[in-house]
Amino acid sequence: MDTTTLTKNMEAVSTQPVKVCARDVKVFYGAKRALHGVNVDVYQNEVLALIGPSGCGKSTFLRTLNRMNDTIDICRVEGKILLDGEDIYDPKLDVVQLRARVGMVFQKPNPFPKSIYDNITYGPKLHGLATRKDEFDEIVERSLKRAGLWNEVKDRLQEPGTGLSGGQQQRLCIARAVAVSPEVILMDEPCSALDPIATAHIEELIDELRESFTIAIVTHNMQQAARVSQRTAFFHLGDLVEVGNTEEIFTNPRDERTQGYITGRYG
Amino acid sequence: MTEIAEPMQAAAPVSASFHTGNAAMKRLRSRYAAERRFKIYGILAISFACIMLVILLFTLLKGGVSAFWQTEMRLEVTLDAAIIDPQGTGNPADWDRGALQTLANNAIYKEFPEVEGRVEKRDLRGLISPVAGVFISKILDKDPSLVGQTVQVWIPTSDGVNQILKGGIDRTLPEAQRPISDKQLAWVDKMEASGHLKTAFNSTFFTSSDSNYPELAGLFGAAIGTLLTMSVTLLVSLPVGVAAAVYLEEFAPKNKLTDLIEVNINNLAAVPSIVFGLLGLAVFLNFFGMPRSAPLVGGLVLGLLVMPTIIIASRAALKGVPPSIREAALGMGASRLQAITHHVLPLAMPGIMTGTIIGMAHAVGETAPLLMIGMNAFVTQAPTSLFDSSSVLPVQIFIWADKPERGFVELTSAAILVLLAFLITMNGAAIWLRKKFERRW
Amino acid sequence: MSATFTVGLLLLLSLVGYVMGRSRAVTVAGGSIATLHSVPNYYGSYVALWAGLPALVLMLFWMALRGPVMDWLVLDGLSQQQIQGWAQVMLPPNDLQNLLSNIADETAALTETHRQLLLINIKNLAGGQALYVNPAVVESIQPAADHLRNLRNLSDWTLFGAVAAISGGALAFCWARISPTFRARNNVERVVTWLLILCSTIAVFTTIGIVLSLLFESIRFFTKVPLTEFLFGLHWSPQTAIRADQVGSSGSFGAIPLFTGTLLIAFIAMVVAAPVGLMSAIYLSEYAPRRVRSLVKPVLEILAGVPTVVYGFFAILTVAPFIRDLGAVFGIPISSQSALAAGVVMGVMIVPFVSSLADDVINAVPQSLRDGSLGLGATKSETIKQVVIPAALPGIVGALLLAVSRAIGETMIVVMAAGLQAYLTLNPLESVTTVTVQIKSILVGDQEFDSAKTLSVFALGLMLFIVTLVLNVVALRIVQKYREKYD
Repeated sequence: MDTTTLTKNMEAVSTQPVKVCARDVKVFYGAKRALHGVNVDVYQNEVLALIGPSGCGKSTFLRTLNRMNDTIDICRVEGKILLDGEDIYDPKLDVVQLRARVGMVFQKPNPFPKSIYDNITYGPKLHGLATRKDEFDEIVERSLKRAGLWNEVKDRLQEPGTGLSGGQQQRLCIARAVAVSPEVILMDEPCSALDPIATAHIEELIDELRESFTIAIVTHNMQQAARVSQRTAFFHLGDLVEVGNTEEIFTNPRDERTQGYITGRYG
Repeated sequence: MTEIAEPMQAAAPVSASFHTGNAAMKRLRSRYAAERRFKIYGILAISFACIMLVILLFTLLKGGVSAFWQTEMRLEVTLDAAIIDPQGTGNPADWDRGALQTLANNAIYKEFPEVEGRVEKRDLRGLISPVAGVFISKILDKDPSLVGQTVQVWIPTSDGVNQILKGGIDRTLPEAQRPISDKQLAWVDKMEASGHLKTAFNSTFFTSSDSNYPELAGLFGAAIGTLLTMSVTLLVSLPVGVAAAVYLEEFAPKNKLTDLIEVNINNLAAVPSIVFGLLGLAVFLNFFGMPRSAPLVGGLVLGLLVMPTIIIASRAALKGVPPSIREAALGMGASRLQAITHHVLPLAMPGIMTGTIIGMAHAVGETAPLLMIGMNAFVTQAPTSLFDSSSVLPVQIFIWADKPERGFVELTSAAILVLLAFLITMNGAAIWLRKKFERRW
Repeated sequence: MSATFTVGLLLLLSLVGYVMGRSRAVTVAGGSIATLHSVPNYYGSYVALWAGLPALVLMLFWMALRGPVMDWLVLDGLSQQQIQGWAQVMLPPNDLQNLLSNIADETAALTETHRQLLLINIKNLAGGQALYVNPAVVESIQPAADHLRNLRNLSDWTLFGAVAAISGGALAFCWARISPTFRARNNVERVVTWLLILCSTIAVFTTIGIVLSLLFESIRFFTKVPLTEFLFGLHWSPQTAIRADQVGSSGSFGAIPLFTGTLLIAFIAMVVAAPVGLMSAIYLSEYAPRRVRSLVKPVLEILAGVPTVVYGFFAILTVAPFIRDLGAVFGIPISSQSALAAGVVMGVMIVPFVSSLADDVINAVPQSLRDGSLGLGATKSETIKQVVIPAALPGIVGALLLAVSRAIGETMIVVMAAGLQAYLTLNPLESVTTVTVQIKSILVGDQEFDSAKTLSVFALGLMLFIVTLVLNVVALRIVQKYREKYD
């Protein structure tokens, strides 16, 4: 990892405060090292896109940000990740609370086999965000509106979430994440299983969500990264190659690996 | 790296996020308490299962291990030729074997010459087995020249004495609750003090068949019965089961009929075993007139019983062989049957064998259907053919479990230990096979 | 001449056929095997199959049918005097009276029960087991016994001759057909395919056999006892008088007490097995460290492999006395054959069954659902309770239904630990009896042919079969649907 490159990148920061700060993050699966020390900051109310060829470690990195890697037995994380200056790998820190603050949307839409209504209220119920029926109703309506799904499903809230189309399911999953009122939302290739129209919906949605949340999104699709993100990080073989303003990365990459990737020489 | 790490921008003020507030922290604590409780339920469930197994094994070991030993009494038996061989032919076939018991009784009277009277003498001979004559008879069969001599013989004690000496029954119990009286106890103590008593390995348990007397009862007949029955079961269920699996997996077209067969097999695997017993009774015994209690019928019934298991396991094993193997063989000009017999079946064999062993282990322990076809016969001789009356191990256990004598409680536990050892070996073999031949494609 | 010889002959001829067929193939090929349509082994197999199979089929049919046919022939050959002579010794006065009047009317003389008794006497005499036969009747039935012995001899010899002829003939015919262009492989494979089909239908025939045998005898039972009394009657005591003149019990066949007893014990078993089995499956698949899992799995496997007769012994030796003594401590009288003891032990037996089925079902729930829930900040137990279990619910229900079916059909534990008397109660501390206990206790022991008591067993068996069949079909359907959902 070239420190100077990073420092240069860090200069091009927004005026927003840092929300998530990763320092020298290394991830091991058993004896195999998947990330070789990643340094990156995510600023409040921005969309950071993580791009790179398959197996480069971008999803792995994303999952370290809300400790979803804890569910994998052989996975080990080194380094420091700070959320609002607080180390999220501190043994004293509570992982359940962390995940309430850092929500996640997965690659494949995974609505629970429950009604649409229950899918949304699942998180708020867990965290005690509401107690009365009307409060829940309001959360459901607000979340679904934010996810741009309200008009499509408002008449069938009691139908199972698994009955929706793929794009709707993914928006339901976003609404489900939003309903918990997290501070950060992580999205792991949220559009890879969707058709172009559904993808466009979601991309629009991400742009709107930026006003209230900090978002990190992993994507395979470079156009998508260009469209939705303010800054982009390029990963290659477990290294963070470079990070910077999206426009700059796509028009004037500093590293030839980045250039090779965005011009489609490999991927 | 430090230059970046240090001048971190001032963190955003800890937002008024609901998730970090006091209420949320309190809530979190109670959620974690629920988490702990749930986990404890899981641990309790596991512990319950484990404890039950431990109690089961402990009771069996505690009650059963002693059955492998038998106390014996050394007596000087006068093998009076006039009594044993009244016709004087010298031919063992003409011996009066019923009289041997009298000789054993006489021998113990001789040890206690002071004992007089009918009742007293009855109590005295109650110390040794009422079937002691059978043991003397066995000795004579080995060495007929002993007739006419006086020999030292170790004779099994009666069940009561055996239990008291081995500690199976507490000797400090009140007289009325003990199988032997105070007087008998005193005689036993005297014999023990003079070195007339010893505890020997109970070889009878492994060499003889059922008997009304615990000291003469053994597992041999039932073991042979199990062996014969299982041979029939295996011969019936393995070829037919594998053939059915091969047809259903490799040849059968997907239609209503094969669907029916498939549903059928799955259901048959879950039909209560006693129903198979009724089938055996109605069809094999009543309709075809096959002999009752015979290993042949038992084997057939159990064969039908385990066939679904074998079919299901074989199909899973066949499914596990990748299609590329079949295609490769067909591409070489082999017929479909050749591809299967030469290539697919050998590869599926470990899986088929594992399923078969598990099915057979199940059959070995099966009792209820065999009771329906009369395999609970009282059989004192090991069967010599598939048509003889016979018992099997689990049925023998069932029969002994019903008997009130203390000695049979012990024998039941011991027989269960033998059966379990057998089953665990079989299952162990299945696991070993699975591990050894496990193949990932 | 026993069947063993005939089987031996058959095997020998097949073997000879194989060798001859193979060598003829080599001969007709004239030194170049390549001119043959199939490899020589197939010609051998071809001859062997045809030398063996048709004769084998004949033999099986023969063996199956000779019993009933010979019974009929032997009885037909008995004269009225002989029957009367036998009946005067063996039958109670009333039955004898009936028999004599029947003979006078020239209607069917013997009832089914007496027919069986007479046949057993004849067979014992013919089989050289005269000590089981009342010496007073030997004179009357000796001719029949001789007749039977002759018939058996005749049958065996005829069979031997027929098998030898068919097998030998087929051998010669097939052997003669062998030529280089003869498609031996296709022929053999066709036969083998048919054999495979036959084998796969044996399962169907087994089911048909079960249904027919149960149905046939049940119908006979229901001609004696009305179906409504059986299904709705509240009193079960199957002791019918063996002789019409015997004083006392006339049987009653109301099976409701058996059904409630069965369900009570199955319910207690499920109360133990369902929570313990499910929680151990959940703990093992979601929480347990690998080391614990590798330790506990074999424990469950051993519990699953313990024969039920052992559980029964465990129940009477340990659990029932323990429960009784425990009740005594609190001053509650508990029967030593209480439904509770049998149910608890049956529950322990079913735990591994539930656990392994539930384990499969829970593992089939996709990880993505768990991730989704954990990603929202749910704890593990919240995820399990609110996402995994609801998602797995159909599968779990299916597994529990299979377990119920198992509990209802279980025999040995209840035979050993539950009672014999059919009390109509739902109190788990009292002794109840079950369907399987009654089947076992009626059939094991002295059987009377054709009595309502013996036949009732098949009606009970039919009920058992129907109930477990419905449970199994429903459960398997649910589980299958569930699997498809996540596949």
